[in-house]
Amino acid sequence: MSAIADKILEVKDLRTFFYVQEGELRAVDGLSYSVDKGECVGLVGESACGKSVSALSVMRLIPYPPGIIVGGEITFDGRDLLKVSEEEIRHIRGNRIAMVFQEPTTSLNPVLTVSRQLSESLELHRGLDKRASAEEAMKLLRLVGIPDAERRVSDYPHQFSGGMQQRIMIAMALSCNPALLIADEPTTSVDVTVQAQLLEIINNLRTQFGTAVIIITHNLGVVARYVDRVNVMYAGRLVESGPTDIIYGEPRHPYTVGLIASVPRLDLPRKRGLHVIPGLPPNLARLPRTICAFSPRCKYAIDKCKQERPALEQVGKDHYAACFRSSEVRELVEAG
Amino acid sequence: MTQDGNLIEIKNLRMFFPVLAGVMRRKVADVRAVDDISFYIKKGETLGLVGESGCGKTTTGRCILQLYRISGGEVYFEGTDLTKLKGESLRRMRRNMQLIFQDPYASLDPRMTCGDIIGEPLLVHNLVKGKEYREQVAELLHMVELEPRMGVRYPHEFSGGQRQRIGIARALAVRPKFIVCDEPVSALDVSIQAQIITLLMRLREELNLTYLFIAHDLSVVRHISDRVAVMYLGKIMEVTHSDELYGNPLHPYTQALLSAVPIPDPSVDRKRKRILLTGDVPSPVNPPSGCHFHPRCSLAADACKEKEPELKDIGNEHWVACHRTF
Repeated sequence: MSAIADKILEVKDLRTFFYVQEGELRAVDGLSYSVDKGECVGLVGESACGKSVSALSVMRLIPYPPGIIVGGEITFDGRDLLKVSEEEIRHIRGNRIAMVFQEPTTSLNPVLTVSRQLSESLELHRGLDKRASAEEAMKLLRLVGIPDAERRVSDYPHQFSGGMQQRIMIAMALSCNPALLIADEPTTSVDVTVQAQLLEIINNLRTQFGTAVIIITHNLGVVARYVDRVNVMYAGRLVESGPTDIIYGEPRHPYTVGLIASVPRLDLPRKRGLHVIPGLPPNLARLPRTICAFSPRCKYAIDKCKQERPALEQVGKDHYAACFRSSEVRELVEAG
Repeated sequence: MTQDGNLIEIKNLRMFFPVLAGVMRRKVADVRAVDDISFYIKKGETLGLVGESGCGKTTTGRCILQLYRISGGEVYFEGTDLTKLKGESLRRMRRNMQLIFQDPYASLDPRMTCGDIIGEPLLVHNLVKGKEYREQVAELLHMVELEPRMGVRYPHEFSGGQRQRIGIARALAVRPKFIVCDEPVSALDVSIQAQIITLLMRLREELNLTYLFIAHDLSVVRHISDRVAVMYLGKIMEVTHSDELYGNPLHPYTQALLSAVPIPDPSVDRKRKRILLTGDVPSPVNPPSGCHFHPRCSLAADACKEKEPELKDIGNEHWVACHRTF
């Protein structure tokens, strides 16, 4: 049973709902996936598909009310995080599981120096004294490539550029040498050059310390080179999951096909039009649960798609898709 | 003064913002946001303008629209020097030029309905009244693929992509000839980005528009533009046809920018060589001597530190400003 021992995180049938004016909003509705030790997994989908909520659920950071984790299991390092006490989860959060958020500008405390923010978790989780933690903070800043770290450690967040702030966030996340790092859209608000730098840093640290990483993104292009496995989410559920090369090479869900094709490609001749997924992501509060959630936007939808919800089924080695027509997707796409 | 067929022509454009300090708010330095650039945009053409944040691309767009009083240079629109216009004649000229903003959440007034937002330019320029006004607003909504009945809703009731459509409809209201698109898709999901890009391309065909398309994402810029200009720290580094940009980039900065753009195919992307630029863009208050890019350039030689390279035409409308290219 070594296969189970190698898993650092296993999410099983997670359901996180929000109770809002419109009714019950099923942000995450039956999500299952796992992450191996040292693995890098991409969690991909459009805004409001539940990818951030699923990450916050793992951290037990869902605001209650209106949100509540209704059911499921989140096994981290052999323990069900949904069953542990508030005190225990506080010990895990920021220590064993760390998170990097999308907007570094709003995630850093503007009135504390960078050194103070970094040493906070070092003192809390690793029990270092003031001097040792300040030294460690400097080391971390150097690790994520902040030039002139000795001088800049006593600066405030606003004195750094967006890319540098995100490096500080990464340094903070790594301060306790976590087993799992969740990066929620870490590169969305930065330039492409900085994006490449940040992903390279995360990747280096991962190989150096063996940290497992979940990268959440809406852009399949960004993570192609770094992730081992891709999980595609739509309307709170997984619609496709598989090893990176297979997901990009032979996607079996029309949504994945659409996501890949909506990114203009630099290496191919310019075409006149882009592939467009029509329409908008569905309103999760009004989503019928008896149809394929993607069917209203899917040009290959058949009657069955509007009568039943497809389950995630194995379509190849380690490759899963939730689509009634997954076996025909390739022919359908080629036919146009 | 301008060549035939050029809608926009910019000569030696400079835009410096003063840095004020002390009790007397005396000027102590200049932020050289745009530092002596020249280019042209032909009628019906889309020119892409790319570069990292802080390189002056947005300022360039705003200078063309005369939203700033520029520090020096000339901006021609259909042969008229806009910098010489004032008051009413400038206001009338403005009708030909519009701007689409980056952030669809911040650029729409939350207290106005979507219909009022779109119709406002029509009233400002005194173009239509009454029934005709309502018809035009409905037509504009239709043009950007929104339903006319949505005109009574407020911005918060729309998604990001829909808001960007409202911003586009507002820009189209006065029937402009030229639109500056300032990072119109960078705040959106990729799937929605594709929708907006497709919409902008369709409108360009139907209404015979000319765009200046500003963005930091080269793959998006290349897709929509006929020619692409690469900017760095207030200077233009390279201008070339979109098709040639990927196949034959000559400036080291362009090469670095291109290599940073991910390709959504792991088998291709893993094989590419990445030129990682170190550090951030230097401050435009005190730009490096010689070629502004030399501190981050792997090919920099002594000449690059001393002498500023000129933007030279190397044939086939391909311009490069680099000592090491030749």
